[in-house]
Amino acid sequence: MGLIQLGRPDKDGSPDVITTTVEKAVNWARKGSLWPMTFGLACCAIEMIAAVSSRYDMDRYGAGVFRASPRQSDLMIVAGTVCRRMAPVIRKIYDQMPEPKYVIAMGSCATSGNIYDSYSVVQGVDRFVPVDIYVPGCPPTPEALFDGILKLQERIMQKRVFVTQPDQVKFSLKA
Amino acid sequence: MHQLAQRVQDTFPVGFVSSTEWRGDVSVTVTREKVHEVAQFLHDDPGMDFDYIVHVSSVDWPDDEERFEVVWEFYSIRKRQRIRLKARVPEPDCIVDSLTDIWKGADFMEREVYDMMGIRFRNHPDLRRILMPDDYTEGYPLRKDFPLRGKGWRDTFDFLDEVPR
Repeated sequence: MGLIQLGRPDKDGSPDVITTTVEKAVNWARKGSLWPMTFGLACCAIEMIAAVSSRYDMDRYGAGVFRASPRQSDLMIVAGTVCRRMAPVIRKIYDQMPEPKYVIAMGSCATSGNIYDSYSVVQGVDRFVPVDIYVPGCPPTPEALFDGILKLQERIMQKRVFVTQPDQVKFSLKA
Repeated sequence: MHQLAQRVQDTFPVGFVSSTEWRGDVSVTVTREKVHEVAQFLHDDPGMDFDYIVHVSSVDWPDDEERFEVVWEFYSIRKRQRIRLKARVPEPDCIVDSLTDIWKGADFMEREVYDMMGIRFRNHPDLRRILMPDDYTEGYPLRKDFPLRGKGWRDTFDFLDEVPR
């Protein structure tokens, strides 16, 4: 991946020089220790729970420690149908998460509202929080969620660490 | 006629409207003026003994003269019998007696009927919306003339203007 470049091997064969960029090192650390927050709203949460449990073991990707508090987490997995009355709560919790933070919309409901084209169901969680990864499925299997997490890790590796986000990107949802 | 329905008819010859039985389910329709009396009878009479309220729901029949129908379902834990009580409510005068003084459990279920269908309950201790927000003004979502996709509430995110960034 070009993350770490080894220098010339020493006489005894062990490398003595490692070159990388701070940005890559920081991103590498960030992608390897995602702290997701439990936000199960419907049946997708069951698959999310299965993904963390021993059979599938999400800890292998460094994202296994689910926190119950948004202040201790940097990844929100919105798993399930989002009702309009829940929307301000999700937004508030998203605002409480420390930067850098990421959002995965897990399942068709969080992505687009799914079949629930009704008066109370929000047609996609991206209407009020910025979503990084959409995981399709109804509900997605744990493997599908892992694919989303791996895609998110790829995305984190491409982020610029020392550049602040331009305001038009940061506030684009508000407009 | 099922014996439970027969007893209701014998006790309330004036308020009784009709009764049906389908696969063991007994339904009794009464006039809405008699609902509270009939319910009290179902609760207190030793032969009835309906001590448990299962559900309160409502039906919208938009083409009927008396548009709404409120449905109560009762169960007797001791006698292991069920009965369904129905009453029609016209749209201009959308009110029916609350049964919270007989079964306390009717409280939230009557609030749900009020929230979703707009039927008010006389003498209810705390008749507020229960599922929709208190300040919801678009009407009653489960009525047949309410648009399936709502009237815009689900797509307005006014809280986005308030959050600190």
